[in-house]
Amino acid sequence: MKFAQSWRVAALWALPLVFLALFYFYPLGSILAVGFGRAQAGELAAIFTALVSPGIRSVLWFTLWQAALSTLLTLLVGLPGAYLLARFEFRGKALLRTLTGVPFVMPTLVVAAAFNALLGPRGWLNLALMAIFDLAAPPVQFINTLGAILVAHVFYNTTIVLRMVGDFWSRLDPRLGQAARTLGATRWQAASQVTLPLLLPAIAAAALLVFIFDFTSFGVILVLGGPRFSTLEVEIYYQAVSLFNLPMAAVLSMLQLACTLALTAIYTHLVSRLSRPLTLRPQAYTQKQIITRWQRIFTGATLIFLLGFFTLPLLGLAARSFSRLEPERRQRSHVETGVTLDFYKELVENPRASLFYAPPARAITTSLGYAGITALLALGLGLPASLALSQRDGSVYSRLLDPLIMLPLGTSAVTLGLGFIVALDQPPLDLRASPLLIPLAHTLVAFPFVVRSLTPALQSIQPRLRQAAAVLGAAPAQIRRYIDLPLVGRALIVAATFAFTISLGEFGASALIARPEYPTIPLVIYRLLSQPGALNYGQALALSTILMVVTASGMLAIERLRIANVGEF
Amino acid sequence: MWANFDHLLIGGREPDMKPALRIQGIYKAFGKNRALDGITFEVALGETVALLGPSGCGKSTLLAVIAGLEAPDSGAVHWAGEDIAATPTHQRGFGLMFQDYALFPHKNVFENVAFGLRMHTLDQGSIQARVNEVLTLVGLPEFGSRDVNNLSGGEQQRVALARSLAPKPRLLMLDEPLGSLDRALRQRLLEDLRAILKDAQQTALYVTHDQEEAYALADRIVVMDAGRAAQIGTPQQIYRQPASLFVARFLGLDNLLPGTVRTVEGKRVVETAIGQFPVPEDAEGGVTVLLRPEAMHLGGGGSSTINGRVVARTFRGSSIRLRVEVNTQLLDLELPSYMAIPSPGEAVQLSFEPQDALQILQ
Repeated sequence: MKFAQSWRVAALWALPLVFLALFYFYPLGSILAVGFGRAQAGELAAIFTALVSPGIRSVLWFTLWQAALSTLLTLLVGLPGAYLLARFEFRGKALLRTLTGVPFVMPTLVVAAAFNALLGPRGWLNLALMAIFDLAAPPVQFINTLGAILVAHVFYNTTIVLRMVGDFWSRLDPRLGQAARTLGATRWQAASQVTLPLLLPAIAAAALLVFIFDFTSFGVILVLGGPRFSTLEVEIYYQAVSLFNLPMAAVLSMLQLACTLALTAIYTHLVSRLSRPLTLRPQAYTQKQIITRWQRIFTGATLIFLLGFFTLPLLGLAARSFSRLEPERRQRSHVETGVTLDFYKELVENPRASLFYAPPARAITTSLGYAGITALLALGLGLPASLALSQRDGSVYSRLLDPLIMLPLGTSAVTLGLGFIVALDQPPLDLRASPLLIPLAHTLVAFPFVVRSLTPALQSIQPRLRQAAAVLGAAPAQIRRYIDLPLVGRALIVAATFAFTISLGEFGASALIARPEYPTIPLVIYRLLSQPGALNYGQALALSTILMVVTASGMLAIERLRIANVGEF
Repeated sequence: MWANFDHLLIGGREPDMKPALRIQGIYKAFGKNRALDGITFEVALGETVALLGPSGCGKSTLLAVIAGLEAPDSGAVHWAGEDIAATPTHQRGFGLMFQDYALFPHKNVFENVAFGLRMHTLDQGSIQARVNEVLTLVGLPEFGSRDVNNLSGGEQQRVALARSLAPKPRLLMLDEPLGSLDRALRQRLLEDLRAILKDAQQTALYVTHDQEEAYALADRIVVMDAGRAAQIGTPQQIYRQPASLFVARFLGLDNLLPGTVRTVEGKRVVETAIGQFPVPEDAEGGVTVLLRPEAMHLGGGGSSTINGRVVARTFRGSSIRLRVEVNTQLLDLELPSYMAIPSPGEAVQLSFEPQDALQILQ
């Protein structure tokens, strides 16, 4: 019995492991080979010199401090919000929670386009200032500044702090702080000696996760930071794509990988410490109504700030994509400002009737296709892995293999893309021309998310539920139909939606491996944003808006379908 | 209000005790839910008062108000004659032992107990001494270095008690401190608790929904109903003379019959579905008659006798509860379990002395 059980678990593991071996370890091994393989040819010295060159050193330094600064700012913005969500009851709370979650799942290119639409040279702010003060040039320089990078990072990652710290805080027994108060502690002493130490693992875990995301940030730096700023991730991309220096890119990738894996390991350790035996309370118990004036002011200010910060860029993006505000190149000075669908219409047109021009709309079908395949692949691989992980008897496998599954999460997308370039363009696995190349890369990115959202749902079906059903007269088939399926079915949809939206928005790996004639939506947005002209700009925003709506819908579907508090993301 | 009962005191409170805590007409609402609805009472120095009431009657909210964790909508909390509304929680010098204890999970037993002393900036030697003293008092010497997360329920309860006693609070409030423990352990801890509170002459406010705990521990009991004091008195007073239907029902006195008081042949009697019984002179009009289950006997011999039929009997260890139907009215009797008890369906005769068994609730 035990033997059969362990064979079953092993069989479940087979497919995910083969996949990881072929499309994760083999490409990474190839990166290693490229990085060190050239060493025999005497190039290692050259690479090493390059690695300690001021250029690379400053890239490394910048990567670190911008991540640290972004993390700090994210905590500053997120912690008051986390406190608000954790300790107070107010109307619209669920809505706030959902809204603040939207940026996190937005593709980087959408976020870049959104800030561009709000604060860029053609954005609302600059156009308004130019109209009011009759200026010839945009007065606010936001794009291509450090500020843009920081703001976008905060925009992206605040939700991590809100969720991780907020959720933990909301279940932390408020009586612990009250007990300290009745024992003579001042408000400040109670906070610093009881509440804060108990929250610290959650804050540290959230901060570390934010740091990892900021450390490996790619699209934001590339699009909003401009050519002046380069992180390790961006540098890998430049070295591989612009300079064709694969060995250098490979060495940098290994450096990047070492950093992120170390950070991820610390993160995993911290998260495991979060399960300190605290008596956590149901949220209904820990939350109070807003009564005092101070609470009203705090709530109001926090709400206005969070709502404004999270919705303005995205609303600005959508609004800007429907607004004609500037003259197009062909038009002369006069321009009829107003609502327009031109940017959307233009997406499907081929103005010069060129055979080689693919209208941007084609990227939509391409991306949807890729996303569909990715969802299928990720489910096909994630379900057996999750089933194996949720087996109670499979604990030996789980301990060894659970971290393995998370590895792709700790590996930057650009590194994954680079691995595909160096490994999968030659026999035995030549997938250069395969339409599966991009879905495979996306599956790799989505796989950990799928496993992480499926496993808890599978585990949540306690044997007791099945036993209860059986005692109530349910046959095994009925148990599967009425207990297992409803519980897992929702998780399956959630996981598929995750994979689908991740694929739609993926930028880093796609930037390296997509074929020019079949670009994905984010690639076309990037291309359009880097070209001059109001029409290109408008089209970029229109395409971003479409992507935003699709992604946000997916996110909302996940929020609605998710079984309360099951799943990590 | 309780001053009216002074002449009835059966032990407990000394007449010259000074009032320490005075709760004056506290109102507190959460949205539409009125948690406290004008409750008023006093606690004397060194006295243990139990707040007894069903869950949701506002007991825990009242403790939070007294501790300064919640601000009342109106009303005042006085200590030694002074309104302490402006005094923040940490300066009130009141200890609060929480339901489920709220021990700090990131500190060991010693540090939990020492927390309040550290807040009062005592030197290390005094802290050490006091922590050892209270840990010994609660029967847990040598427990200082233990992890609070690995303690049994009873040990956690003792640590929580030690923690709230350590800073020598002027008032100790205990919120259902025995709530989640099993019966035997509860009994033992209850006795220990009483001894500790009495030895230290600790002024204490004890919240519970369990009348037996309240009887065992309290000098006086405040029965709470919907945010108000339904009755205040010694345990004996509360049990002997429940002031209202609510109090009687809450104490498990369920033999409640509607009746009408009238004068028959110059004597005051109450007419009920099960007969006419003499009552004191001051009763009048429509009343509810309470029949005490332990004051009725099987068979004749009492000055009042009624006939009925056994409907059910419940074995309860030392006693047996018998449910008898008398003229469509159900009555419960409590009989010693060594007696021969009739079976359901049998006809029985009940007798009692009206002055012992009968009470009129207006």
